[in-house]
Amino acid sequence: MSKVLLKGNEAIAEAAMRAGCKLFFGYPITPSTEIIEYLAKHLPEAGGTVLQAECEVAAINMCFGAAAAGARVMTASSSPGISLKQEGISYLAANELPVVIVNINRTGPGLGGLGPTQSDYFQSTRGGGHGDYRLIVLAPSKAQELYDLTMEAFDLADKYRNPVLILADGFLGQMMEPVLLKEKKEGNLPPKDWQTDGCKGRAKRKIASYFLVNELAEEACQRWQAKYDQIKEAEQRWESFYADDAEYLLVGYGTCGRIAKSVVLNARKQGMKLGLIRPITLWPFPVKAFTSHFDGIKGIVTVELNAGQMIEDVKLAVNCRVPVHLYKRQGGMLPHEREILKFVGQVFNLPVRGEA
Amino acid sequence: MQKVFGRPKGLTEIPFHYCPGCTHGIIHRLIGEVLEELNIIEDTIGVAPVGCAGFSLDFFSCDFVGAAHGRAQAVATGIKRALPDRIVFTYQGDGDIAAIGTSHAIHVAARGEKITSIMVNNAIYGMTGGQMAPTTLTGQVTTTSPYGRDNGVAGFPLDLPKAIATFDGAVYVASVSVDSPKNILQAKKAIKKAFRVQQAGLGFALVSILSTCPTNWGMSPVDSLKWLQEKMIPVYQMGEIKVAEEVKGL
Repeated sequence: MSKVLLKGNEAIAEAAMRAGCKLFFGYPITPSTEIIEYLAKHLPEAGGTVLQAECEVAAINMCFGAAAAGARVMTASSSPGISLKQEGISYLAANELPVVIVNINRTGPGLGGLGPTQSDYFQSTRGGGHGDYRLIVLAPSKAQELYDLTMEAFDLADKYRNPVLILADGFLGQMMEPVLLKEKKEGNLPPKDWQTDGCKGRAKRKIASYFLVNELAEEACQRWQAKYDQIKEAEQRWESFYADDAEYLLVGYGTCGRIAKSVVLNARKQGMKLGLIRPITLWPFPVKAFTSHFDGIKGIVTVELNAGQMIEDVKLAVNCRVPVHLYKRQGGMLPHEREILKFVGQVFNLPVRGEA
Repeated sequence: MQKVFGRPKGLTEIPFHYCPGCTHGIIHRLIGEVLEELNIIEDTIGVAPVGCAGFSLDFFSCDFVGAAHGRAQAVATGIKRALPDRIVFTYQGDGDIAAIGTSHAIHVAARGEKITSIMVNNAIYGMTGGQMAPTTLTGQVTTTSPYGRDNGVAGFPLDLPKAIATFDGAVYVASVSVDSPKNILQAKKAIKKAFRVQQAGLGFALVSILSTCPTNWGMSPVDSLKWLQEKMIPVYQMGEIKVAEEVKGL
C-alpha cells in the first residue's frame, strides 16, 4: 500500500478507479475539474471510459444509463453544475440507481466564487431535486477521507441502490495531502438482479418511475421511505473529539470540522470543556451522536460556511433542549480558530484568554 | 392451417393504450418485427421518452428504461458505453427529441454514438393535450397556438433529421412516413437499416417517422392521414437524407 501526495480532487478520482468505477461522465467546472482531468488521464489505462458530456444534464443522465446497465459510475461537478443535475438525481433516486456524485461546493447563489463554502447543505441533505427522496451524503474533511469515503460511496450506493453524494469544497479539493492508497475491501453486496443488460435467458426487465395510478405511486413512496429509514438507522457516522466530558460542543463538518479541532485543543488548554461532533454523514444526520453525549451539554455552537443550514438539524437532534448558536462565514471566507473560541466565550459567558 | 400473420416476438402481449387512429401502434409493430427479424430481442435495451410513448416500455419484449423528458439519448449513451456489444435504441416523440432534448440529439450525432434513435413526429405535444411543438406547421392550430402557429412569434417548424444529417458521426438519417402501406414498408426498411448500422458499429442512426395524432389534431383517423400527406410531407425533407459511404454496403 503506497502513500502518495495528492490533491483532494485527485484522491477522489484515484479512489473511484480503485473502487472499480469504469465510467465517468462529467463536464468541467472549477473547483472540481481535476477529477475529470485525472480520470481522463488514468481511467482508459484501467479499461474504463471518461466521456466529457455536452452538459451537466447529459452527464447525469449518462450516469443513469450506465447504472441501469449495471456499471459502477461516477460524475463530479460544482454547485451550479450540481443544480443542473438535480432532475437527473431525482430520477436516479426514484429508479434506485447506484451512482456516486461529487459536489466540490463553490459559493452561491448564482455563479458565485471558488472559495470554500458549505452553501449547498440544504440542497444536498433535503434531496435537491423534485419529489420526496434522500441521498446518502458523505462529508470528508481531509484528502485521506476523500479517498476512503469515495471508495466506500460505491459500496453504499450498491448496497442500498441509492445515489450517494460526496460533499466537499474547493479547499479540500485543491489542497495536497498525503494519501494512503488502500485497496478496495471485498464486501457482500447484493446481486444486481435488476439491471437492464439484455434479457438473454431471463424475463424482460424494465426500469421506470412512471406512476399514473395514485395507489401504486404511494406504494413506491412507502418503499423508498422504508429504505431511507433503514439507512437512517444503520449509517449515521460522525467523529467525536473531546466530546465525552464536554460541557460545550462545536458541531462542524468538512473544512469546519478540521478548524474546530484546533479550537477544541486551544479551549482545553484554557480549561474550557469544549468538544466537537464532526458529522461524517450529513444525511442521515448523526442524531445518535447527540443522544449519546447529551447529558452534560450546556450549549452548542455550529460552525458553518453558510447562513446557518446544518444548525437546523442540530436543533432537531437536541430538540432545542440547549441553546444552539451559529458561527458562520460566507462567500468563500474561512473562520479563524481564535474568532470561533471568542464567539463561544461570548455566547456562553465563558472567560477566554486573549490570543488563545 | 399455416399461420401467415401474427404478433411479432419483439412485442409483448400487452395491448397498446394509444388513441384510435394513432400511428404509434404501427411504428411499434415495425420495430417489434425488426427486433425479431434481426434476432436481437435479447441483446437490445430500449429507452422510452416522456410523452405518449412513455409506456412503450411495456409493449416491447426487450429490456427497457424510462428516461426523463428529452434525456433518452443521454441515457442510451450511458447504457451503450457500459455495454458496447448490446443494441441500444431510443424511441422519442418530436417534443422530446426536437425541443427539450435537442442538445443530446446534436451531440450523439456529433460523437457518432453507436445507438439508434427513432423519432416519432406528429407535429404536436400529444400526451399533454395538444400543445405546439417545434415541429408544429406554420398556421397549425394547437392549444398554445390558438390562432395558428405564427412564424413571427413562434418561429418555423424544425426539421431535425435535416440538421442531424450534417454531422459527421451521423451515418444514417432517414425521414419516413406511415400514412400508406407503401410508406409503411419503406419505414420498416429504414428502421431495419438503422439497427443494422448499429450492429455493424458504424455510428449514429436516426429515423424520423411522420405520424398522426387524430385526438389532438381534432380529425378522424382517415382525415389525419390525408392531412399528414397533404400538409406535413411537403414541409419535411423525406427519404434517406444521409447514407454514409460505409452504410451503403449494408
